[in-house]
Amino acid sequence: MSSATFQHAAFILRGNPITGIAAVGAALLTVLAIFGLWIVPYDPIASDVAHALMPPSAAHWAGTDQLGRDVFSRIIVAAQLDLAIALSAVGISFVLGAVIGALCGYSGGRLDRAVGRFVDVLMAFPLFVLAMAMVAALGNRVENIVIATAIINLPFYIRFARAEVNVRRNLGWVEAARASGESHVSVVLRFLLPNVLPAMVVQMSLNLGWAIINAAGLSFIGLGVKAPTPEWGIMVAEGARFISTGKWWLVAFPGLALMLAVLCFNLLGDGLRDILDPRQRT
Amino acid sequence: MTKPLLQIDNLHVTFSTRRGPVEAVRGVSLSLAPGETLGIVGESGSGKSVTGFAVTRLLDPAGKISAGRILFRDREITKMSNASLREMHGSAMAMIFQNPRGALNPIRAIGAQIADAILAHRKISAEAARGEALDLLRAVQIRDPEKRMSAYPHELSGGMCQRVMIAMAISSNPSLLIADEPTTGLDVTTQKVVMDLLANIAAERGMATILITHDLGLAARYCRRVVVMEQGKLVEQAEALTLFRAPNHPYTKRLVAASPTATSRVEDLVTGEENLLAAVPAAPLPTPVHGTPPLLDVKNLVKRFDDGTVALKSFSMVMAAGESVGLVGESGSGKSTTSRMICRLLDQSEGTINFNGESIGHLPARDFHRAPQRRDIQIVFQDPNESLNPRFTAFDCIAHPLMRLAGMRNGDALRQRVRECASRVGLPSDLLERFPHQLSGGQKARIGIARAIACRPRLLVLDEPTAALDVSVQAVVLQLLDRLRREDGLAFLFVSHDLNVVRMMCQRTIVLRNGAIVEEGESHALFDNPQTAYTRELVEAVPNIELTPVAAAG
Repeated sequence: MSSATFQHAAFILRGNPITGIAAVGAALLTVLAIFGLWIVPYDPIASDVAHALMPPSAAHWAGTDQLGRDVFSRIIVAAQLDLAIALSAVGISFVLGAVIGALCGYSGGRLDRAVGRFVDVLMAFPLFVLAMAMVAALGNRVENIVIATAIINLPFYIRFARAEVNVRRNLGWVEAARASGESHVSVVLRFLLPNVLPAMVVQMSLNLGWAIINAAGLSFIGLGVKAPTPEWGIMVAEGARFISTGKWWLVAFPGLALMLAVLCFNLLGDGLRDILDPRQRT
Repeated sequence: MTKPLLQIDNLHVTFSTRRGPVEAVRGVSLSLAPGETLGIVGESGSGKSVTGFAVTRLLDPAGKISAGRILFRDREITKMSNASLREMHGSAMAMIFQNPRGALNPIRAIGAQIADAILAHRKISAEAARGEALDLLRAVQIRDPEKRMSAYPHELSGGMCQRVMIAMAISSNPSLLIADEPTTGLDVTTQKVVMDLLANIAAERGMATILITHDLGLAARYCRRVVVMEQGKLVEQAEALTLFRAPNHPYTKRLVAASPTATSRVEDLVTGEENLLAAVPAAPLPTPVHGTPPLLDVKNLVKRFDDGTVALKSFSMVMAAGESVGLVGESGSGKSTTSRMICRLLDQSEGTINFNGESIGHLPARDFHRAPQRRDIQIVFQDPNESLNPRFTAFDCIAHPLMRLAGMRNGDALRQRVRECASRVGLPSDLLERFPHQLSGGQKARIGIARAIACRPRLLVLDEPTAALDVSVQAVVLQLLDRLRREDGLAFLFVSHDLNVVRMMCQRTIVLRNGAIVEEGESHALFDNPQTAYTRELVEAVPNIELTPVAAAG
């Protein structure tokens, strides 16, 4: 990152302060995910039945749950797991999808058709149901949530990279790279991919929010992460049992955390596109 | 004198951009009599199109008429309400654009689209509108008009689409037609047909026409009076012939000199101190040494694509070292396919290619990057805006082939060499750190050339190297190429649709049509005295400044 990039980023942020707020939010979330365990006021797993189901107060900002655990502490600590699942899932589908999609988009022909049909088949399934089935079949573990989330995301990245590479493959600079002695493979990996990367990073950031929801959703229906591990999806699921008796804070605060996290990444994605696209830099 | 149809007084148009307001048109005044044909010529950024759009009030929302007034039939367009403006668009004024296919609705039959245009301004029955649409298709000389009524835009050629646009434009008998680069992107023979048609229709109907174009020859041939614009200002206006034979303003002089004609020489394209060839003594053209194999020997080249289309039926040519050969033809003639195969970026279906006595045709294009001849055969691409990697600086672009093909490593030697290449193409070395989007079209073209000559190739394939450039930039680039060729003893395979450029740049020319060679020979002889009907048609279709205006009577 050169100083010009920073200047440009500053310019974008001045014109679009929401991106700045989203970036701060995402940074805050990351800090909480890393250091959450050390900064929370209460042990997120220790139960204290004497103070079960307390509404929000000065001592317990988000109240306590049915076992007397501090909801606020659990929300903070849960950020780590949720972010880790989402990031690794998105990372895997990004790397695989970009390479496969770029190769297909560049070569066209049989490989492209075969992969294209495979992607069609994958997308014909309701994606969440597919993820459920995969976790159920592979075993109820965190790694499998990551794998399932990565696989159901893969088609989007393949299609995206394919389309972006496909429109560029006949441009002069791609042929020029070949005339300058590059092989097809290195043209794809060293020339075309870096050029579609900015657009894909935007996609990734938008996708991160979706992956968080997906992971939380799987936990919500009892697949993947198990209680008592703090995780937003489980917390919402457990809290839902008490909502009819007016204990709204058990659902509202983890849900709010989930929503804010997703919103942050979505807004950040839009802002990143403006910053990373060199054509918009002047 | 008759009352003017259109009168523009001191027009200013301002665009608001991120970096503040930009004045695109700065005080233009002109008038147009009924039935008159006026040409507005200028290079990109001269404000010629903006002036046209201002007259129709179809300006981009960011643009505003900031001062001046436009009177059309004594009514002030600048102050017209939207309703009367709409009425005027249909009945009194019409506009046609570049890229006619983009201006037509792709999912509606053309007959219906013309009928729509009629119905938008007149209350007649749908049946009557269809009948009129059919008449209009006849008027624009579309063959088989009954059948074409139900054709969709993608089924028609570019020239046909432009005729449909003309049909729509004249559907309401406007008294003024504004044609903004109506034939840019069309082949030269199609251009002639479309322009002749337009001129005839205008003359028949007594319709005044404003032709906005970058092509001086086109303006000279079809307009009686021409105005020249530069950077938003009107620098000169006169009768077409007077203007081009005896230009007054320095800019007009430069523009006229830079426009290649049938008799121009590369040396004369640029006037004044920018002239590269005046300073450098022109080295004599190398004479082929007998007994050595030709530099390039292509035999029976054929290209069939997977879907069965034959792009090239049979192509053979021989080229000596240091020779320049032009490859001309219209779109679909197979000239780009041929150049790609000779460059080994595309595999041929049949045929042999020998370079310097060694076969390179048997090497598949995918492996050619490892062949020793890769550095000897280089290519300059058509659109400079698309030929540079957006993530490479100018330095990276030129250094890339040096690192890959000449085995140079990052260091002083490489930096030295890149600077040397940049200075040979006239690129200031402080621009080397810039990215393509920070450079002008001409600068990008220079980088593309510097990259191609960096490894000192022996054959340079030029694929329409100046087609996307303004004439004055083209003039400088052509001079540069010619100088490089003489200095390095480079051989050129010059692919172009512009006959005047090829005649000037190439010793020999090959004319391609539909994937086959129509004619070949020494350039001047071939163009001055074409042996085949097709070449003659091509040569005659080129609008030249010297010609007397054929269709400007109106």
